[in-house]
Amino acid sequence: MLTQENLQKAEALFKKYPEKKAALLPILWIAQEQEGWISEEMMKYVADLVGVPYAHVLGVVTFYTMFNDKKLGKYHIEVCTNVSCMLKGSGKIIDTVERLCGAKAGQTSVDGKFTVSEVECMGACGGAPMLAIGEEYYEYLTPEKTEKLLTSLK
Amino acid sequence: MTIMEKYILPNIPDYHKIDVYEQHGGYAALKKALQMKPDEVIDEVKKSGLRGRGGACFPTGLKWSFMPKGSDKPKYLAVNGDESEPGTFKDRQIFEFNPHMMIEGIIIGCYAMGITAAYIYIRGEYRKWIKMVDAALADAYSKGYIGENILGTGFSTNIYTHCGAGAYICGEESALMNSLEGERGYPRVKPPFPAQKGLWDMPTTINNVETMTNIPLIINKGFEWYSKIGVAKHPGPILVGISGHVNKPGVYEVPTGVPLLTLINDPQYGGGVPNGKKIKAVIPGGSSTMVLRGENLEGVNMDADSLKAAGSSVGTAGLIVMDEDTDIVAVLARISHFYHHESCGQCTPCREGTGWLEKMLHRFEHGDARQEDVDMLVEVANQIEGNTICALGDAAAWPVQSFVKRFREEFEKRVKVKEEVEAA
Repeated sequence: MLTQENLQKAEALFKKYPEKKAALLPILWIAQEQEGWISEEMMKYVADLVGVPYAHVLGVVTFYTMFNDKKLGKYHIEVCTNVSCMLKGSGKIIDTVERLCGAKAGQTSVDGKFTVSEVECMGACGGAPMLAIGEEYYEYLTPEKTEKLLTSLK
Repeated sequence: MTIMEKYILPNIPDYHKIDVYEQHGGYAALKKALQMKPDEVIDEVKKSGLRGRGGACFPTGLKWSFMPKGSDKPKYLAVNGDESEPGTFKDRQIFEFNPHMMIEGIIIGCYAMGITAAYIYIRGEYRKWIKMVDAALADAYSKGYIGENILGTGFSTNIYTHCGAGAYICGEESALMNSLEGERGYPRVKPPFPAQKGLWDMPTTINNVETMTNIPLIINKGFEWYSKIGVAKHPGPILVGISGHVNKPGVYEVPTGVPLLTLINDPQYGGGVPNGKKIKAVIPGGSSTMVLRGENLEGVNMDADSLKAAGSSVGTAGLIVMDEDTDIVAVLARISHFYHHESCGQCTPCREGTGWLEKMLHRFEHGDARQEDVDMLVEVANQIEGNTICALGDAAAWPVQSFVKRFREEFEKRVKVKEEVEAA
């Protein structure tokens, strides 16, 4: 269920498009920002809200990498390992992240604090190597800077 | 080289703020365009020679002229800010440092094509930058540049941002439209082309963010002025993203036609390869464009014709530089992993073929490849190329074809290592 405030935001989105279905991705974003992930229950709720079958929402959620159909850790550490980052040493960054978070890429740490992901190009090739936590980009990384960043996360 | 004047990313503090943008002549092009007939605007863009900056280099004015005239159907503009081609990070600079020139270009495009709603599709990873564009849009609305009865001319149009959610394929124009409609990002079969049947089955034009940012320049200063910037057949300023093994990676605005070696080595651009190392390879326009050998870069320039003649393409002008120590096989293996991950799965040659390429390259990387695998890589790539609905198949094939063709010895070396180990 969306909160009353988020439901109003979702309904306002319908005005942007000639068809309600177009608001599906933006509404899933609202849902994910509210809950941190998108549960089956939420998908069914959004399906009713937008007026599409649940199967359609499931198809969309699983198609797009950024929609999470599983709970994530408190911090989602996304490390780019695509070409430009790879050339600038992203291998050492992912190693550092995995070691300090106690989770391999694709896993969540036992304490639920970190989820580590190896991701495709984030469009920050000039600042390679980089990682993202939420909306924030951290560029020009070294293993030392990465360690400092991760230990600063409470 | 002398410092070139910059138009897309000028060194003006706070240029992203509407007041500063207006003080430097911002939105004058819109006022001028609104005094012209829509066809005159299209004609101006056509004559300027502007070609799309999203990778295909299609003439923008010609694309605009495909939109039906005099129809009472709603028409749409989708502005492509998905920016997902590895090595490409230029549009983000526009969102952050010059959003109003992009917005002004979009309004002019809407006026020229009779469009009443435009959607700027921006990749989900750029949520922070979407907020910047939203703020700029709100300012433009408050000044009456967007919305109802723009500047009292009777012309009305709306512009919205739309957030993607992590899918390379949505940079493909028909997948982008499906994504905007709330679908999975599956490319559509063409024809029908978007100008006939696009968003919600209505006439639609899709243009790249950087392309739209060029429009106010053309209207302000005229097509003749614009067409003289850079090379004649592919004119204008172009944003080049330089990454990989250079001292000063970043986005640089240059006229088209600057030599790649200047972009890599000149202190005002890439600043050379660290530790004075040699250039082994260069990918000139994002990961799908064909790789070039470092020793073959003399006389190759950053424009469509020069790169085509050199056996590659300008793509998104995302220049990736690799020094002499680079493991070419590992780079191609990483690129092929990417295309396999991003294949939408509709077409068998791409869905299956990209996976085969990735697996074979994994074998090469780990010294487990067979001699016949070298040619088989190319064979599989050839079977994908041209046999899919969209260009992702081609984008997956071109790196494999060009890496093997131009660095064959690197792949063969990996086979021999394995054979030697087994014989010992």
